[in-house]
Amino acid sequence: MVEEESLRVVRCGGSELNFRRAVFSVDSKYVFCVSGDFIKVYSTATEECVHILQGHRNLVTGIQLNPRNHLQLYSCSFDGTIKLWDYVDGILIKTFIVGCKLHALFALACEDSVFVTINKEKPDVFQLVSVKLPKSSSQEIEAKELSFVLDYINQSPKCIAFGNEGEYVAAVRDFYLSVYFFKKKTTSRFTLSSSRNKKHAKNNFTCVACHPKEDCIATGHRDGKIRLWRNFDDEKKYTYTCLHWHHDLVMDLAFSVTEGSSLLSGGRESVLVEWREAAEKNKEFLPRLGATIEHISVSPAGDLFCTSHSDNKMIIIHRNLEASAVIQGLVKDRNIFTGLMIDPRTKALVLNGKPGHLQFYSLQSDKQLYNLDIIQQEYINDYGLIQIELTKAAFGCYGNWLATVEQRQEKETELELQMKLWTYNKKTQGFVLNTKVNMPHEDHITALCFCNAEKSENPTLVTTSKDGHFKVWILTDDSDIYKKAVGWTCDFVGSYHKYQATNCCFSEDGSLLAVSFEEIVTIWDSETWELKCTFCQRAGKIRHLCFGRLTCSKYLLGATENGILCCWNLLSCALEWSAKLNMRVLEPDPNSENIAAISQSSTVFVFRPSEPRPLYIQKNISREEAQWGVFVPRDVPESFTSEAYQWLNRSQFYFLTKSQSLLTFSTQSPEEKLTPTSKQLLAEETLPTTPFYFILGKHRQQQQDDKLNEALEDELVQLPLTENIPAISELLHTPAHVLPSASFLCSMFVNSLLLSKETKSAEEIPDDVSMEEEKESVDSDEENNFTEQVQDTNNTDLGKDIIHQLSKSEEKELRKFRKVDYSWITAL
Amino acid sequence: MGEFKVHRVRFFNYVPSGIRCVAYNNQSNRLAVSRTDGTVEIYNLSANYFQEKFFPGHESRATEALCWANGQRLFSAGLNGEIIEYDLQALNIKYAMDAFGGPIWSMAASPNGSQLLVGCEDGSVKLFQITPDKIQFERNFDRQKSRILSLSWHPAGTHIAAGSIDYISVFDVKSGSAIHKMLVDRQYMGVSKRKCIIWGVAFLSDGTVISVDSAGKVQFWDSATGTLVKNHLIANADVQSIAISDQEDSFVVGTAEGTVFHFQLVSVTSNSSEKQWVRTKPFQHHTHDVRAVAHSPIALISGGTDTHLVIRPLMEKVEVKNYDAALRKITFPHRRLVSCAKKKQLLLFQFAHHLELWRLGSTVATGKNGDTLPLSKNADHLLHLKTKGPENIICSCISPCGSWIAYSTASRFFLYRLNYEHDNINLQRVSKMPAFLRSALQILFSEDSAKLFVASNQGSLHVIRLLEGSFKHLHTFQPQSGTVESMCLLAVSPDGNWLAASGTSAGVHVYNVKQLKLHCTVPAYNFPVTALAIAPNTNNLVIAHSDQQVFEYSIPDKQYTQWSRTIQKQGFHHLWLQRDTPITHISFHPKRPMHILLHDAYMFCIIDKSLPLPNDKTLLYNPLPPTNESDIIRRRTAHAFKISKKYKPLLFMDLLDERTLVAVERPLDDIIAQLPPPIKKKKFGT
Repeated sequence: MVEEESLRVVRCGGSELNFRRAVFSVDSKYVFCVSGDFIKVYSTATEECVHILQGHRNLVTGIQLNPRNHLQLYSCSFDGTIKLWDYVDGILIKTFIVGCKLHALFALACEDSVFVTINKEKPDVFQLVSVKLPKSSSQEIEAKELSFVLDYINQSPKCIAFGNEGEYVAAVRDFYLSVYFFKKKTTSRFTLSSSRNKKHAKNNFTCVACHPKEDCIATGHRDGKIRLWRNFDDEKKYTYTCLHWHHDLVMDLAFSVTEGSSLLSGGRESVLVEWREAAEKNKEFLPRLGATIEHISVSPAGDLFCTSHSDNKMIIIHRNLEASAVIQGLVKDRNIFTGLMIDPRTKALVLNGKPGHLQFYSLQSDKQLYNLDIIQQEYINDYGLIQIELTKAAFGCYGNWLATVEQRQEKETELELQMKLWTYNKKTQGFVLNTKVNMPHEDHITALCFCNAEKSENPTLVTTSKDGHFKVWILTDDSDIYKKAVGWTCDFVGSYHKYQATNCCFSEDGSLLAVSFEEIVTIWDSETWELKCTFCQRAGKIRHLCFGRLTCSKYLLGATENGILCCWNLLSCALEWSAKLNMRVLEPDPNSENIAAISQSSTVFVFRPSEPRPLYIQKNISREEAQWGVFVPRDVPESFTSEAYQWLNRSQFYFLTKSQSLLTFSTQSPEEKLTPTSKQLLAEETLPTTPFYFILGKHRQQQQDDKLNEALEDELVQLPLTENIPAISELLHTPAHVLPSASFLCSMFVNSLLLSKETKSAEEIPDDVSMEEEKESVDSDEENNFTEQVQDTNNTDLGKDIIHQLSKSEEKELRKFRKVDYSWITAL
Repeated sequence: MGEFKVHRVRFFNYVPSGIRCVAYNNQSNRLAVSRTDGTVEIYNLSANYFQEKFFPGHESRATEALCWANGQRLFSAGLNGEIIEYDLQALNIKYAMDAFGGPIWSMAASPNGSQLLVGCEDGSVKLFQITPDKIQFERNFDRQKSRILSLSWHPAGTHIAAGSIDYISVFDVKSGSAIHKMLVDRQYMGVSKRKCIIWGVAFLSDGTVISVDSAGKVQFWDSATGTLVKNHLIANADVQSIAISDQEDSFVVGTAEGTVFHFQLVSVTSNSSEKQWVRTKPFQHHTHDVRAVAHSPIALISGGTDTHLVIRPLMEKVEVKNYDAALRKITFPHRRLVSCAKKKQLLLFQFAHHLELWRLGSTVATGKNGDTLPLSKNADHLLHLKTKGPENIICSCISPCGSWIAYSTASRFFLYRLNYEHDNINLQRVSKMPAFLRSALQILFSEDSAKLFVASNQGSLHVIRLLEGSFKHLHTFQPQSGTVESMCLLAVSPDGNWLAASGTSAGVHVYNVKQLKLHCTVPAYNFPVTALAIAPNTNNLVIAHSDQQVFEYSIPDKQYTQWSRTIQKQGFHHLWLQRDTPITHISFHPKRPMHILLHDAYMFCIIDKSLPLPNDKTLLYNPLPPTNESDIIRRRTAHAFKISKKYKPLLFMDLLDERTLVAVERPLDDIIAQLPPPIKKKKFGT
């Protein structure tokens, strides 16, 4: 396909949604947020991602609506450009090249320039400058006309706010607030007593917001106070009020847009506080928002608020403080103990999520599917509290079983350990707790794995522990007179010279179990649980252990802590080869013989156990150490012919770095990688197998053939072929920006899919239906009295278009069908 | 072994009484403060907030209202139904006049100072005309249903606002009829309280009435229409006081939670003339109810049940960051409450209605510097002397030999003779005091306990010779012609030849006791005298003023000493001048003539006149003399002021003998422990 393209490491979704404040569109229908190198457009009503605006080559750092055209959006990025987007269609309109790293963006209604934060020389010194955006018709324009506004400011856009329609700008940093007045061209600076005084040690400013109507600046502080500054045009007569509810630092502040009568604040307490009329006693709360509030934004219409949370979540909140929608990305704010797993059913990435939860994250849609509460206890967020940690998890038997281990250790000797086994319930489409094992081992569980062999009739789970034992758990009948049930019991306990068991792994066919005891690898027969043989390399404790797959299933691989990678031949019971590599990640591909390993120096090796020569090496895949990796099977295999990329044909390799960014290898250019939804609709060949695909795609034809032959599927309504319905083809082939509104098209589109009871030839019916329902829609419009003028012109336009399409014979038939009885529609 | 053995006395169980009213006088920049025991104190804000005058309290006169009228006239009214005017020169009550309306809850003087308004228990508002030497009842306003708790004049003097229970009335002064009755919401945080008490009202010149009430609200009313304009809920408890600035651009309210809130009139945007009242800063300097607030042009003044008078300067009004810009808390009176009989090691403590005599404990142990020595004999409470009558004690004194005690109330003077028989004390009142000895502002015994000096409130000084069980009036120094100012500080030389006396403002007079005539007058100084003492042998008079200046005046030479001139030329250290509290006692070391010992509430200082004076660059407060450094360095860094801040708050410190000091401390925590419990507030994290 694209062999010319080199293999690149790309960030694949899971990027932060909470990096900057979200921005609402003027009609509050969409909310925009920066997400890595992209800008995502979400619908506030359905929580769906509508568009992904891509084009920046580095982290997007700021977005603002174009104040002069509210259908356009400005964005700035570390790549030094400011881009102007049409967010309705997801089209890049213009690019302004500034040239230096832009950290934040602000746009004002009254000026033809925007304000950006740039970094000058020293790493911690930032400046607010205004950039004049030249008017030009070309796509890429150089905007080099910078004029300096404020120096020595904080890089976060939360620390800068424009007030009173751009008459002044307020910026905070450390212990002072500076206010620059554009008209007077003067700066006032107000300093709080700094940390030298112990009483005010936590006085630092954290954020700032300006009142929309009055000369009032609200600042948040590290000690949880909110100060409302007034009279700040006079450096002597200034005054401020304190509002104090937060006990920890105030993360963000926002005034309600319309009147400014209420102030919103949020912080670590995960409570959104609304201060009405800036009075300390008059406040409302929206508690239990789940995680620290990082940002608060208010829609221009004032009807919605949006809070961004540290667990990579955005919550859309109504004016009356009711949460209405949650947009959840990959949760990232905790340690990943479980590693990366793939749920065999949903192909979702599974890892630690919220405290005590496993999150199921869809890689395709970059969206969290759901959270599974494992610990099932109220999480108390308090500093210094020792929490129950979900440390291990594994899927078994094609996703039918899930094993989890949680632990809590208050003192050296007091270990609380619990293993839970969850079964997949088809009815509820979720995991249900089946067995709970208290203290499955005496000490920490180091590994657990299911036997995933196809032939195994009985699900088997092996756990290894620091107490020197490994235990085999099997599913047994647990029925009694009341109910039929199954449960897990311990079947076998194995040990080897009281060494700590560190790893375990089943061979692909499930006949062998490898358990590593510190430096020694033992091989056990899974039928009889007999020790078959041991390997000892005396090269440090075994860190990773895995069997080869398919043709290489006779090999066993082990990576030690001393940086040796060993490969043993199970037939000869001898060391096949070893290499000096300090492995962080050792991950076998379930669909091929390939094994991927990531070394400490961030080099990826892909190799087959049969040959020590790697298939593929790439150095410096990321700046940070990779911690976990996983192969995700592809739905549709790729067909890379180049030898270096063949290992990516069947599966895709994802890895997670220390700072928890999810990365993958891709050959495609970023433009191709994620096709916008608008393009997807047009590219019918590549339609995914969604319900719509069944209705619209090529699949229909095959189905119909099948049906004729077998008449099997009765749940699928017999539908007319789509290619011939003008309404649909019209809908799909007309450019989006000339189409009438979707609400208008919807009834037409749905009606076009309906069938009349008469057995008509497939050719005729659709035309009629579309004609008919067009009329209906005209009628309904008139009834609605809904912006008549505009709608009318639309209707006539569309009418003309459709009439163009109809041949004369069809028109005749149309007239005929007017007499046809359509009472069945009402019966629907 | 340290230089001094120190008796650290903490058994002076003194609790100041809570502040009830505060009245600020803009013309003279003085502040009148009344306490719950009826004491009225006058602070001179220009003289470093020195408490220059005080009127002793009276059990039956609980002051509820205090106001200045016509510049210099001070009125108070209380629950006994009387209006009292004070004589600020003679320091006594000019007259008391019954208003015949039951207990008086509120009082306000008209803006032009010619009329006085009182609000009574029976719901009447009475108007009095202020005549040059008295007040005269003029008429009643429309009687209201319940007591009038607060009153405020419109700045033009045409209307008044009166706060009652559940409503505010607006009166027309001309007709005396109520033109509006503004009902206050009783609801408090959704719960209906029984009553809503209007603790304070303020009438602004634009017709706005601001009210504070027991539901924690600050409300703005339009007096023309009688409607509520704005409501600020600021506290969970009562808002008890309000004071507005003269410019009407800011006001201050005090709440029962101990918080003082500042409200300011700020413009909505910088380029519009529209202004709004905004609550700006809260100040939490009190633990208990803030019963009274005042607003001076540069400071917010508040006082309450926790007995502190807090003066919080407004930073935006202070021109330069100087002495006035600091927050100050006045807790203790600026006069001596303790006197000491050195030879017998006795301490006399003065309370509002009784005196306590204690014998100090003793020890035989020795230790090194800083050690706490164990007591071999505990301090002994020898005597508890209760006054007769409802009046508070003005002053008291014990003779240096310990055999005489004298004290005075506003109307009577008492002299007792003490006889010690082993552990028993025999107290004998000296009866038949002469008629002129009715009340004294200051009493002093001579060093040999043979003479008694009494400063009376007519400005005269009486000299009395004490004999065994009787006395003899020797002489009366009459005040200088033309002045009626009372003397409130006395000092006698140890040889008994010289007597120095100082009034509240004018200079210090020195009398020759042998010849019974005025010897000389120390040149007048701008700031009042806070302490006086005459050094032994040299007869140098040491004078401390409220601006922290210390002068040494040689009585025989009738001029300032060389040392005093030097220090005036060089100036005091800036930290010395920035101290908060005045020096209240000066004493001398009998063996070291170069040393002057003086103390204020937070430090004790020995001035060694032989050492060089400190300049602004040297460290004034050197914590401890460094022992490990060589003598040369020590000598080089040493300066005349040796300051110890170990004992605070210090009410009294004196030298008992060459090697023994007595320090009377009154820790603030002990005072707070004796106050009624404050309003319980949930503290976060507890």
